[in-house]
Amino acid sequence: MEILLAILVGLLYASGIYMILRRSLVKLIIGIILLGNGANLLIFLLGRITKGLPPIIPENSKVFLEAYADPVPQALILTAIVISFGLQSFAIILVKRAHKVVRTDDLDEMNATDEDS
Amino acid sequence: MMQQLIIYPLLFQLFLSIVLMFFWNKISAQKVISITGSAIAVILSAYVFYYVWENGMQKVNAGNWDAPFGIVFVADTLSVTLVLLTSLSGLAVSIFSAASVIKDRLRFGYFPIFHFLLLGLTGAFLTGDLFNLYVWFEIIIISSFVLITIGGEKAQLEGAVKYFTLNILASTIFLTAIAVLYGLTGSLNMADLAGKVAAVENRGLVEVAAILFLIGFGTKASIFPLYFWLPASYHTPPAAVSAIFGGLLTKLGVYALIRVFTLIFVGDVFLGEILLVLAILTIFSGGVGALVQNNVRKVFSYLIICHIGYMIAGLGMFTEIAITGVIFYLIHDIMVKTNLFMVSGLIFKIKSSNSMRALGGFYANYPKLSLLIFIPLFSLVGIPPLSGFWPKISLIGEGFKTENYWTVAAIIFASFITLIIIAKLWAEVFWKDPKEIPEKPKFEYFSDISKARKTQFILPIVFLSLISLYIGFGAEHIQLLSSRIANELMNSQQYIDTVLNNS
Repeated sequence: MEILLAILVGLLYASGIYMILRRSLVKLIIGIILLGNGANLLIFLLGRITKGLPPIIPENSKVFLEAYADPVPQALILTAIVISFGLQSFAIILVKRAHKVVRTDDLDEMNATDEDS
Repeated sequence: MMQQLIIYPLLFQLFLSIVLMFFWNKISAQKVISITGSAIAVILSAYVFYYVWENGMQKVNAGNWDAPFGIVFVADTLSVTLVLLTSLSGLAVSIFSAASVIKDRLRFGYFPIFHFLLLGLTGAFLTGDLFNLYVWFEIIIISSFVLITIGGEKAQLEGAVKYFTLNILASTIFLTAIAVLYGLTGSLNMADLAGKVAAVENRGLVEVAAILFLIGFGTKASIFPLYFWLPASYHTPPAAVSAIFGGLLTKLGVYALIRVFTLIFVGDVFLGEILLVLAILTIFSGGVGALVQNNVRKVFSYLIICHIGYMIAGLGMFTEIAITGVIFYLIHDIMVKTNLFMVSGLIFKIKSSNSMRALGGFYANYPKLSLLIFIPLFSLVGIPPLSGFWPKISLIGEGFKTENYWTVAAIIFASFITLIIIAKLWAEVFWKDPKEIPEKPKFEYFSDISKARKTQFILPIVFLSLISLYIGFGAEHIQLLSSRIANELMNSQQYIDTVLNNS
């Protein structure tokens, strides 16, 4: 399971970076989304995967009896997902506006800000 | 009451931005609330600063969860100093925005978002938890995205695409670094991490995490290979927005680097070398970039990059005196860079252009204003009694002592090139014979606006220039403050003990 997840995380990062490096604005957004998902899965993976052991102390004891699933990474991922959701919706609107105003979706043609003015 | 004192500046900014939202369509009310609110924020942060200066480090456990389990807010001297500087620039830019930002932009919630940005900055400076720092970073970037795109001009949107992409990428890398660090240690509290990271046996992975932090924060601080988003975007929004960005956002990256590399990844020789090399390259590329630019605001943008190099260099040397220099430079730089971008806005308002070739004759037409602008410009260069000079003594001195001659050469090169650039700017914009700039038909010139608004334009520049002068002439006080901060940073045990309660 860990190996599979590790490969998946690697794939997500690689494809995310690849998509960001493409020239199209839409692919840029897809790249950002993939990269964000990769980071979230990485947190999940590095929080150690424990199957079927929720962090609940049994009624008749005061401490955990065995290894338990760490709840912190899941809280972190949830926060990160919500944040990236907001940012991505902003990104989509921004790209739509940029496309409308600049009239291109090719990043290479968006070079007016680098020109001498 | 007193226990929660240090989070009051933070809560106050939140309160302010929420109140401002209730006045969504009433722009003049928003202006008044924003300016008075910023003034109160200055008083509040000044009091917090005074309190921490007198009573030492303070902390607040959010939700009363003890560290390292809950989120903790820590106010050491560095944090409160930066919070104070944030509120000072916030006040100046708030006044400047009220005068300079056009109504169409103000109508779309400029002021509430502006205070959300300040909230994010205050939070980022105060937090003692790595993931919480990430969340504050996100609050800052989402507010800055709105501020940079508000108005929706062509150049703005193009700049925003670049600004957006690189900042999101940096945040994702920062998140990756947090994931690696959490996997290694199982903690997110910075003070707790300090001990745990030192105990990790797999040094290779620790190094990887450190490099990831360097890339993440480095992009935000615009160090050498990661700075291209900055000159592509900082000259596009209104001058008031550039002012708060240029003054504080890159410095936040520097603050995060200082915090992480003095507390968590301490004394790594490899990292020190990398920081020094990056610093030299940053100084060089920023300096040369500024030299060839024609737009006044782009020149200032490149100068931000150039001067970030100083701070990275001091951090790379990693001695107490070098860190003192870094902190002093940080304090000076926040004030001066905020001021300079406002100056560029003022120049634009007067002449309707920011091109150095087109401008000219400023000194002949506005001698008093020119003398005022002289102060931040030459503070930046560091002509002796002015503020940019003093931190360089510490930095160059330590460069010689630790035998980093290349760094010393780079710092001297940067001072020299800054002098050339500022002299060129002075000659072009202020002394050269004025050229006829074709009048823009719909542009509202400085000479046409009411006296009250003129004052609003000039007052924040005077305010920050006075602070710059104080930093220059009262250098003894700032040096005392910086050396106390450097001492706290170098002896991080005090910080750790405060947070973890093991005194």
